[in-house]
Amino acid sequence: MSIAKNTSTDIIEKEYTTLNLGPTHPATHGIFQNVLKMDGEVIMEAESTVGYIHRAFEKLAERRPFYQITPITDRLNYCSSPINNMGWHMTVEKLIGVEIPKRVQYMRVIIMELARIADHVICNSVIGVDTGAMTGFLYIFQMRERIYEIYEELCGARLTTNIGRIGGLERDFSPKAWDLLDKFLKDFPPALKEFENLLMRNRIFMDRTIGCGPISAERALNYSFSGPNLRAAGVDYDVRVMNPYSSYEEFDFIIPLGTNGDTYDRFMVREQEMWESVSIIKQAIEKIKKEPKGVFHADVPEFYLPPKEEVYNNMEALIYHFKIVMGETEIPKGEVYHAVEGGNGELGYYLISDGGRTPYRLHFRRPCFIYYQAFTEMVKGAMLSDAILTMSSMNVIAGELDA
Amino acid sequence: MSSIEKSKIEIAKAPPGIEGAGFFATSLDKAVGIARSNSLWPLPFATSCCGIEFMATMASTYDLARFGSERLSFSPRQADLLMVMGTISKKLAPVLLQVYEQMAEPKWVLSMGACASSGGIFDTYSVLQGIDRILPVDVYIPGCPPRPEQVLDGIMQIQKLAQSETIRRRDSPEYTAMLNKYGIE
Amino acid sequence: MDNNSLLTTIQSKLMSQFGNDFLSAELVADYPTFIIKKDRIADVIRFLYDDTELAFQYLTTLATIHYPDNQGQEFAVMYQLHNLPKNYRIRLKIFFSVNDLTVPSITSVFSAANWMERQEYDFFGIQFKDHPNLKRILNMDDMDYHPMRKEYALEDATREDKDDKMFGR
Repeated sequence: MSIAKNTSTDIIEKEYTTLNLGPTHPATHGIFQNVLKMDGEVIMEAESTVGYIHRAFEKLAERRPFYQITPITDRLNYCSSPINNMGWHMTVEKLIGVEIPKRVQYMRVIIMELARIADHVICNSVIGVDTGAMTGFLYIFQMRERIYEIYEELCGARLTTNIGRIGGLERDFSPKAWDLLDKFLKDFPPALKEFENLLMRNRIFMDRTIGCGPISAERALNYSFSGPNLRAAGVDYDVRVMNPYSSYEEFDFIIPLGTNGDTYDRFMVREQEMWESVSIIKQAIEKIKKEPKGVFHADVPEFYLPPKEEVYNNMEALIYHFKIVMGETEIPKGEVYHAVEGGNGELGYYLISDGGRTPYRLHFRRPCFIYYQAFTEMVKGAMLSDAILTMSSMNVIAGELDA
Repeated sequence: MSSIEKSKIEIAKAPPGIEGAGFFATSLDKAVGIARSNSLWPLPFATSCCGIEFMATMASTYDLARFGSERLSFSPRQADLLMVMGTISKKLAPVLLQVYEQMAEPKWVLSMGACASSGGIFDTYSVLQGIDRILPVDVYIPGCPPRPEQVLDGIMQIQKLAQSETIRRRDSPEYTAMLNKYGIE
Repeated sequence: MDNNSLLTTIQSKLMSQFGNDFLSAELVADYPTFIIKKDRIADVIRFLYDDTELAFQYLTTLATIHYPDNQGQEFAVMYQLHNLPKNYRIRLKIFFSVNDLTVPSITSVFSAANWMERQEYDFFGIQFKDHPNLKRILNMDDMDYHPMRKEYALEDATREDKDDKMFGR
């Protein structure tokens, strides 16, 4: 890193330039502002301002019954919304103490791993775009369209899925969904290999990203990093392994680790996690074949909406439907915390219920918000374009940053 | 060999005008309208989830480039169409207004998604309940998020507006009065 | 060790180190939860960080809860700590009144607490002592109230076009 010297006169005092990066900027994927103090091209200090899409999720959650909170959890890390939905439903299931059948847990694993692949596809292709490589983005985004087709078959929506129910899923995987899944598992590995061939051992990409925005493991732990960013720094903390949920303890997968915590390591960790997700989905499909067919929810009628045909024909189902939708069910009092491994790390839900139809307090532990604080430390002394690359490789999703 | 199917592609009709050997005369409005509508450069003001659906619209399956929007301009000075995608909070509203004011005439505004059109599902203290509280909007695309086909339909409606607009509209007193209603000079 | 023995170990350590400032210990839904006196929370967290057997060196989250009906104990701040190598998770809580909102900041122990405490200041008005940069983070800087408190409504108070009758309010 060289500081440009002024050769014409003796300059004793140096003045730093202030550069305003944002809030809207082509390279910031999301809306957050960074005011940079620069010495030429090198960044001396950075000050971040966030909150430009603060939508008051925590206050909103105090007004809504449990099923109405699922759509707002969608909009936390909207690139992988099924993981957020499942995490929320698992929190409520922890509160009411219900046991989910194995088949449902495996189906949830499939959906969550598809969401993880979708999230990492966006992050890695956007790292490519920020270094100037648009091709990778265009090629791999096709695979994201395939995942959208699977979501559409399962729940009707592409991006903000609002998938699942408390106690399971709203419907079984249809034969078309199984076909789409099999086709995806056949077509995704060659597409990912093609994407990798473009970037992974590309001389220009490696020169650009190695050593860019590093963070050591100690500092990362002190900043409460989690997810791929922490694993790139060398710490093997994965909520799926540490506190397994939804039968993840039965699956066989590795946790990829990096060494320097720089952009290249983050890219590689996400790349390898996509391969691991494909392997987990294949294992889940094998496990589902051994379970009794047709089970897609637990038996918890006070929380699980009954099927519509029964609501129109059966008095009991009608009463349950009415009670659930109007929020008249008996909700136990309690205080629970549940964490899932989201696309960005440990996504936690801290729920305090006082027996009323809406939560008394719902706090989201948002990984993006917590690790974005370290950005100022990671870019000190780096050049402006490295700062852009660090920002995009940290996978800052504005919805999760501001909530 | 089966019979050859007639192609379903329709060639766009030329506007009414006088045609001759090697020339075509029409009114300036129509010629400028065709040029403008088929070369709109959007400014993607993407804030949240609708931004990801916009990325999907730009990608290969629903390619936006074939509508003339190949070059996304992030600089307001070089953009024609401001696409506001996602929730606009009250903190961001002055920034959006500043971006809008920097754009040169003629400019169109497309509000994509429920949050930009009306605040969406977020009826809270911090969210601006629709960008039409601060800017004049030309086309609203409802949805949460809207499908890429809906976005393309919205772009096509903007194209229709651009094609049928008179070239004097932006200088007219009615237009200035409308901007003054929003407090924009 | 399992949650019960973790609870008793930490209880005895905190009792011997902090005496009366350590108020209670209980197991809430598999989480050992400890209630500490407000002014010693930073010392307790530093103690748990430095202790070689416990080594809670990862701050999972912190959140504030507002109980407007509890006279004298309207606010609670909850900290969740995690020992990654041994996978222990605990929760610490402090309770205090609306008249005395100063809480010692733990940014000297965990850098992650910087923005977390700013968020709690923004939402509830908790004043964290010795915080390097205590100002609003998510809301607008010129906002004059703390929106997450229970007395304030969710909707924007200045909105005139929503008919409350039609929206069931």
